[in-house]
Amino acid sequence: MTDSKYFTTTKKGEIFELKAELNSDKKEKKKEAVKKVIASMTVGKDVSALFPDVVNCMQTDNLELKKLVYLYLMNYAKSQPDMAIMAVNTFVKDCEDPNPLIRALAVRTMGCIRVDKITEYLCEPLRKCLKDEDPYVRKTAAVCVAKLHDINAQLVEDQGFLDTLKDLISDSNPMVVANAVAALSEIAESHPNSNLLDLNPQTINKLLTALNECTEWGQIFILDCLANYMPRDDRESQSICERVTPRLSHANSAVVLSAVKVLMKFMEMLPKDLDYYGTLLKKLAPPLVTLLSAEPELQYVALRNINLIVQKRPEILKHEMKVFFVKYNDPIYVKLEKLDIMIRLASQANIAQVLAELKEYATEVDVDFVRKAVRAIGRCAIKVEQSAERCVSTLLDLIQTKVNYVVQEAIVVIKDIFRKYPNKYESVIATLCENLDSLDEPEARAAMIWIVGEYAERIDNADELLESFLEGFHDESTQVQLQLLTAIVKLFLKKPTETQELVQQVLSLATQDSDNPDLRDRGYIYWRLLSTDPVAAKEVVLAEKPLISEETDLIEPTLLEELICHIGTLASVYHKPPSAFVEGSRGVQHKRIPARAGSGESAESSDVGQSGPSEAPPAVIPSQGDLLGDLLNLDLAPPTATVPSVQPSMQMGAMDLLGGGLDSLMGDDSDTLGGDIGGSPSMGAGLGAAPAAMPASLGAAPAVGGGLGDLFDLGGGVGMPTGSYVAPKTVWLLAMKGKGLEISGTFARRGGIIQMDLTLTNKAMSVMTDFAIQFNRNSFGLAPAGPLQVLTPLSPNQTIDVSLPLSTSGPVMKMEPLNNLQVAVKNNIDVFYFSCQYPLSLLFVEDGKMDRQVFLATWKDIPNENEAHFQIKDIHLNSDVASNKLQGSNIFTIAKRTVEGQDMLYQSVKLTNGIWVLAEMRIQTGNPNYTLSIRCRAPEVCQFVYLCYELVLKN
Amino acid sequence: MIGGLFIYNHKGEVLISRVYRDDIGRNAVDAFRVNVIHARQQVRSPVTNIARTSFFHVKRSNIWLAAVTKQNVNAAMVFEFLYKMCDVMAAYFGKISEENIKNNFVLIYELLDEILDFGYPQNSETGALKTFITQQGIKSQHHTKEEQSQITSQVTGQIGWRREGIKYRRNELFLDVLESVNLLMSPQGQVLSAHVSGRVVMKSYLSGMPECKFGMNDKIVIDKQGKGGTTDDSGKSGKQSIAIDDCTFHQCVRLSKFDSERSISFIPPDGEYELMRYRTTKDIILPFRVIPLVREVGRTKLEVKVVIKSNFKPSLLAQKIEVRIPTPLNTSGVQVICMKGKAKYKASENAIVWKIKRMAGMKESQISAEIELLPTNDKKKWARPPISMNFEVPFAPSGLKVRYLKVFEPKLNYSDHDVIKWVRYIGRSGIYETRC
Repeated sequence: MTDSKYFTTTKKGEIFELKAELNSDKKEKKKEAVKKVIASMTVGKDVSALFPDVVNCMQTDNLELKKLVYLYLMNYAKSQPDMAIMAVNTFVKDCEDPNPLIRALAVRTMGCIRVDKITEYLCEPLRKCLKDEDPYVRKTAAVCVAKLHDINAQLVEDQGFLDTLKDLISDSNPMVVANAVAALSEIAESHPNSNLLDLNPQTINKLLTALNECTEWGQIFILDCLANYMPRDDRESQSICERVTPRLSHANSAVVLSAVKVLMKFMEMLPKDLDYYGTLLKKLAPPLVTLLSAEPELQYVALRNINLIVQKRPEILKHEMKVFFVKYNDPIYVKLEKLDIMIRLASQANIAQVLAELKEYATEVDVDFVRKAVRAIGRCAIKVEQSAERCVSTLLDLIQTKVNYVVQEAIVVIKDIFRKYPNKYESVIATLCENLDSLDEPEARAAMIWIVGEYAERIDNADELLESFLEGFHDESTQVQLQLLTAIVKLFLKKPTETQELVQQVLSLATQDSDNPDLRDRGYIYWRLLSTDPVAAKEVVLAEKPLISEETDLIEPTLLEELICHIGTLASVYHKPPSAFVEGSRGVQHKRIPARAGSGESAESSDVGQSGPSEAPPAVIPSQGDLLGDLLNLDLAPPTATVPSVQPSMQMGAMDLLGGGLDSLMGDDSDTLGGDIGGSPSMGAGLGAAPAAMPASLGAAPAVGGGLGDLFDLGGGVGMPTGSYVAPKTVWLLAMKGKGLEISGTFARRGGIIQMDLTLTNKAMSVMTDFAIQFNRNSFGLAPAGPLQVLTPLSPNQTIDVSLPLSTSGPVMKMEPLNNLQVAVKNNIDVFYFSCQYPLSLLFVEDGKMDRQVFLATWKDIPNENEAHFQIKDIHLNSDVASNKLQGSNIFTIAKRTVEGQDMLYQSVKLTNGIWVLAEMRIQTGNPNYTLSIRCRAPEVCQFVYLCYELVLKN
Repeated sequence: MIGGLFIYNHKGEVLISRVYRDDIGRNAVDAFRVNVIHARQQVRSPVTNIARTSFFHVKRSNIWLAAVTKQNVNAAMVFEFLYKMCDVMAAYFGKISEENIKNNFVLIYELLDEILDFGYPQNSETGALKTFITQQGIKSQHHTKEEQSQITSQVTGQIGWRREGIKYRRNELFLDVLESVNLLMSPQGQVLSAHVSGRVVMKSYLSGMPECKFGMNDKIVIDKQGKGGTTDDSGKSGKQSIAIDDCTFHQCVRLSKFDSERSISFIPPDGEYELMRYRTTKDIILPFRVIPLVREVGRTKLEVKVVIKSNFKPSLLAQKIEVRIPTPLNTSGVQVICMKGKAKYKASENAIVWKIKRMAGMKESQISAEIELLPTNDKKKWARPPISMNFEVPFAPSGLKVRYLKVFEPKLNYSDHDVIKWVRYIGRSGIYETRC
């Protein structure tokens, strides 16, 4: 007997016929009819008209027929709620059936009928089934609670089903436990703040026991639930890891990946020097490699996850490069993912092999794959310096193939190689120029134009080449137009005599004939620059560009952390947080990796130390010989007058001509600006002016620059920042210790110059003269940049305010605390010693804005243990105002991301001695407490940076 | 969790549609058909997101199976489930084809109701399912009370893969060590990558609830034992042991025991199942070496010479040897000369296929071909796909040896000695390629 015949009835009047058959007396005929109905339902025909007739068949002792009727009911009950009530009686009766299979079937089906009236009747049978003697019924009932919760959450809570469900976690049957865990996890997701799952060491222990005994699917539910647990200490997390690792040998890949998720997450809590930590790292590699011999679809899921794992912990798979080599018959989606991971794993040790492979791939058939392979060669060159030469020659070989898309892709990556290794591989330009005509993609055209412009002085016919592009200027894409504009301006600055006409032509095309505001604006900027001060224009346009960073398309650290918590799931396949593709409240909770216990401690200690460094009472150095030794040896004679260095006035002039706002726009943000306008950030810098060429102090009004930077960067913060915060003066030297001289003071940073503002008061009876000041060696080499300007003698009871410019080029010695400064002041009476503490923000330089890409790479580069976490309490500012305020003190916001009402600001700070401090500030709307995470290669500064944050934000 | 499961034929017509969650509507069925099955381009990913709905699909011959969800489900689990689903269907009615699915649609709905509840996969072991879901109507209504509770305890129990009370007159078991050896070799004969992925498949016909212990020449185990034994002994066994990179086990194996003691102990399912999978990369015996020589003579002619060498004991015979030499798309004619076997140019596959029925170890054989090409103005050079090879050899290329499989059944009166055991080794080619 075959069932396929049911699919073939397509006669007219079918419904009528079926109705007759359903009401037939013969059991066989009835069953046949129901099968036909289900077949029609499958194909998408509306058979809801038969509802009463089908439901009439429900009262049968034939289980097969019953199941078919149930299937029908599940589909159509919602459209016929009143009729569905007819079925209730049978369900209630079936829930009492002696056969456990029938009891389970009834409770399973009832939960799928989404009709309010029926759910009311469901409660009693469900309550019984949850306590049924048969585990099969209990495990079905456990899932039914989740079904009911989906229909009517309130009902489930009122009826106390949640507690019963929690009890099932202690059930003797492993499958009941697993289903209860699955149901509870799902319910808990829609109540993010409830403590439904209430995981504690006891329940965890029960789960781990059930883990060994339940089905493969149950193991997945349990592992996914375990991953949400936060162990209390490293010992607990180690013991969980030990009990989870055997799962890595399970045949089911999903079990393996879920186990990997638990391990990756809990590992974070283990001390790095623990032997077990190393063992665990070693254990993770083989199962990940084994996943690659699974079916292609699973390989794809595994590879997407490995991509995350490699970014988080590159050490795990660094020796496994070969397994990611592409096989000829791999499906394209597997090939592309493997390629991505190959590049991430490429290092000096394996680069030769990788290159040989990539060259092989570049001759394959699939266009996307070939392009990606070519691009990968370029990325290798940028990542591994030693291989750059070989990469370039490989790319040249590929260009010789003349395959159109290969050539174009190669030119795009060669442009990046030029950016990374300037003045090294320019000999290939001639070859590139030969292929000019075959370029038809905007990115390749733009790249080629950039190259021509950048190296115009070496290309004899650069003007002809660029002119040829100019003919179809208006048909080009914006990317190409912008690049062409910049390239011609560059050319003009390099060869002004021959190209004046050309540059006028392009400027008029850009400013007069174009509707594109970006293009017009850039055109005007160049025009003004060129017409007011060609020398300045040269400085700006032909400035040395910052090198591009090696790692591109890294996932942002916080997102990466979140995705690690979602290993195995769709989020990890899409590389997007669940909120990006899941509707409603489900799955929007942000998961985070537990932090090491150690960093928690540091946060605590900093809370305690809050009142420490910044507000510490001025401590007079005890007169101990060895401490004073250094100071006494110092030459206290007034140093010869040196003027605080001022930038060459020529540049200043140029900037002024451009107008107060524009200068800082160019100086501070050229990179981001270029990025925004030009599309590709690395190309955009062609616009000009790397920060290096325009020292920040040049931007005479950093405040204005900050505001404009914000405008471009964040599209928010229109308000002007308030400038850097200056603390009120405090008394440093008491009159009684200073033989009548009282000194109070504070520190400030004004326009890039560090100043020590002193108030000297003569409380003695005699006149004071011959003031001089000297510093002991200190952590950042602060030293007076000029003499202490107290020109007139200080008569009794007179007070004088002095500003002393400081430089940071003095001798360096690490102090405790770090920001401690020991000062000696001399007058005609004696030498006095005192110490004071300066806010670290004094040392934040104006060009402390990091490139986004560099930021990402640096953040990743700094080891996790260098990260410190702080809470800034009671700040009632929104993120834009806060970021403006911080910018006034040279804490620059590089990027802002908003996730679920939580703003994350990524900020960078550069100290005078070149140390970079990276920070992530989380601001939750309505929550006055900000969370601050700081990373720095010199972790000791973190705390002081945090104090600056607090100081700036609170004032 | 999984919101719905659809099965389509190659035209995109729905054969089975089962919805588990309220957030999946009928339009999801059409969305997948339009965007994936009827899409012009080649499928670029097994996971597709259409309007915030995610579709996971696998294909079996020309049948599409798609799981649908709107949540952040465990993607690995969904695919594992789809494969399992295919296994279960195959175990019930054989090949997954449109005809078989239409013929068994009532059964499939019944299975889907059982193995997926509200989108959560439930016990899907065919051994257990077959006790209460059958093709010949439903058995369970005739079950006695004891039988019913036995079924439910098996479905939910710790040993869900085996029922109690199995009896055989003759206790017998078969172990097949099936390996596929994978190779990627450069034209110069350098091994770019090589690995063996192996499976140990067991057919058990044993009475009662037998406790089994499986031993092989795993380096870690042998080395551990070697330390206890005499030095002479360990030296000898050390040579024969193999380093296993990683292995995974059927769910019957006690993983925690393997993790702590590296011993493989289990109560086997009845009948055929896959006990373990493993992978090795060290000291692999590559049964064949392919030496290609491709020479372009002008623009319209290619000369190809390929030598294969067998590299195993002369007493052993390799079977089903097939060498596939790709030819350019613009091939107009081929002349082949081979000493052994038969070779043919297959224009539809763009390859010369050279077949040899049997070949002993330590032999070599050669083929040479002249390929005539049509002149083309296609600038792109021929990609030169690798030469691939298929074969079957009667040994395990990884060097794996079964040392023992002990059976204990304390309740029944048969001992390990009474069990008849068979062991067989088969090495097959996986992706065995040499670039040319």
